[in-house]
Amino acid sequence: MSMALVYLASAVGLVQGLKYMGDPARAKLGNTVAAASVVIALIAVAIAHSGPGTSSFTIALLVGLILFGTVIGKVWSDRVAMTAMPQLVSIFNALGGACAVVLGLNAVHSEGPVDSKFLGIVLILGGVFGGTAFTGSMVAYMKLDGRKLPRPVKAHKHVAQVLLLTMSAITLSYLIAPSDYLAFPTLLLTISIAALLYGIFFTLPIGGADMPVLISLLNALTGVATLMAGLLFHDPVMLIGGILVGATGLLLTTQMCTAMNRSLGNVLAGSFRSSGAVVNEAEQEIKPITAVETASLLAFCKQVAVVPGYGMAVAQAQRECFALQEQLRQNGVDLHFIIHPVAGRMPGHMNVLLAEANIPYASVIDMSAANGKMEYYDAVLVIGANDVVNPAAENDPTSSIYGMPIIRAYKAKQVIVMKRGMAKGYSGVTNTLFDRANCKVLFGDAKESLLTIINELKRI
Amino acid sequence: MDFSYSITPIDGLFVVALSLLLGFEVIKNIPAVLHTPLMSGSNAISGIILIGGIIQLLNTTAESPWTMAAASLAVLLGTVNMAGGFFVTHRMLSMFSVKRKPANGPRP
Repeated sequence: MSMALVYLASAVGLVQGLKYMGDPARAKLGNTVAAASVVIALIAVAIAHSGPGTSSFTIALLVGLILFGTVIGKVWSDRVAMTAMPQLVSIFNALGGACAVVLGLNAVHSEGPVDSKFLGIVLILGGVFGGTAFTGSMVAYMKLDGRKLPRPVKAHKHVAQVLLLTMSAITLSYLIAPSDYLAFPTLLLTISIAALLYGIFFTLPIGGADMPVLISLLNALTGVATLMAGLLFHDPVMLIGGILVGATGLLLTTQMCTAMNRSLGNVLAGSFRSSGAVVNEAEQEIKPITAVETASLLAFCKQVAVVPGYGMAVAQAQRECFALQEQLRQNGVDLHFIIHPVAGRMPGHMNVLLAEANIPYASVIDMSAANGKMEYYDAVLVIGANDVVNPAAENDPTSSIYGMPIIRAYKAKQVIVMKRGMAKGYSGVTNTLFDRANCKVLFGDAKESLLTIINELKRI
Repeated sequence: MDFSYSITPIDGLFVVALSLLLGFEVIKNIPAVLHTPLMSGSNAISGIILIGGIIQLLNTTAESPWTMAAASLAVLLGTVNMAGGFFVTHRMLSMFSVKRKPANGPRP
């Protein structure tokens, strides 16, 4: 009975912790509450399952493993750079998925016959979701980390489809066929391996800018795998934890898809709907501007906004953004940051980077809040973003990004786009922002350009 | 296996259905600034799967070394997932200063 009460407390703590995590003022408390709830549940389980028959070796092993794992986790999380956050989240997610696969296989191996179809299906689904989350997250990690991977080809998609069909067929035949105890371990092993392969081939074709969707989805998959483990071990806290994670992942996935005006299927298919193959290469007339000119332009502004994108993360320019804000403040200029929901490689990526650079939360503005008042900005600096400020998304029905909500930087009095070169955005669509009379392009590395601007502002 | 506290499959389905609704309700309106911490925090919560590893580990003996090794692996994987996730979320949230309210954009 007391065990049930402890479990109840833990479950309530998880829900409450997650609730707090949605509130900026109490998010830190929420994280602590969730962590404490999990630790309580772990201790309760360990006590409930150890009796006089439990060898001291097993207990020592358990404690040792948990301490060791905690130290690894701590060291890992302390060392990671904030720009590498998507990679770290992917790796941790992969570990959770791997854990689900190991648990399922081990349960069948050690406990022998599975006596109900319900448990069988639970095991199968646990293997499928866990396996896909494991290898999928590993491939996502390698993509995010810029590791060399095979170029996405059509064949990958076909392999993924075949694997998916195979897994569905095995699951269906298991449901229909009369119980066959002997074959189940082999069946589970086969389907787990298929899921591991599926994770690889399903993730390979997905492009960099779609990473926010992919990471959210993989997170949801691990949640479902945890949920299945909860059913397998008849453990309510695992169940609730798994569902909360699954719900969070799914919610973020749909939000990210909405922010790109694409369906989940479209993202998973791994490509924008064929962007007209031959993009009309009417040479764009670009109006360049130098860093020095930019500085003197900014000095005469009242209100300026920065639109950061993945390019800012690549250039590691977040600290220079903070320095620019400080410098402009001394020149009497207000600097805001406008963030698109899918900017970067994971949901909220830009917010974390700006927070790391000490940029106050008060100067960070949501896309929807900024769009209505864009004309009040004297200048907008676009740093390493492209598709999210492309007006074609609003006025060119033939464009493949048409319908995607964008930051209406073009409505500001002056737009300056910082670019490395003339490369197109992720979608490969021509950015019609450059055609606008109020748009100029500042070529060069974002970090160096910002430093030049700051130095110039100091002299003004 | 003797579970001191466990639930039947039907109870499980009840829990699944109700907490799914609850989950969506709890996290429905989360500001973008918290998306990354929410994701890494929920990722840490999914490390709770290590409970399964603990149950397996405590219910095997040295006579079945493979089962024990696999359970140990599961415990280790789950712990790193969980501990690392909570630590990094804490680190991230420590960076957010929320003394002032977010701005509403420029003034005319």
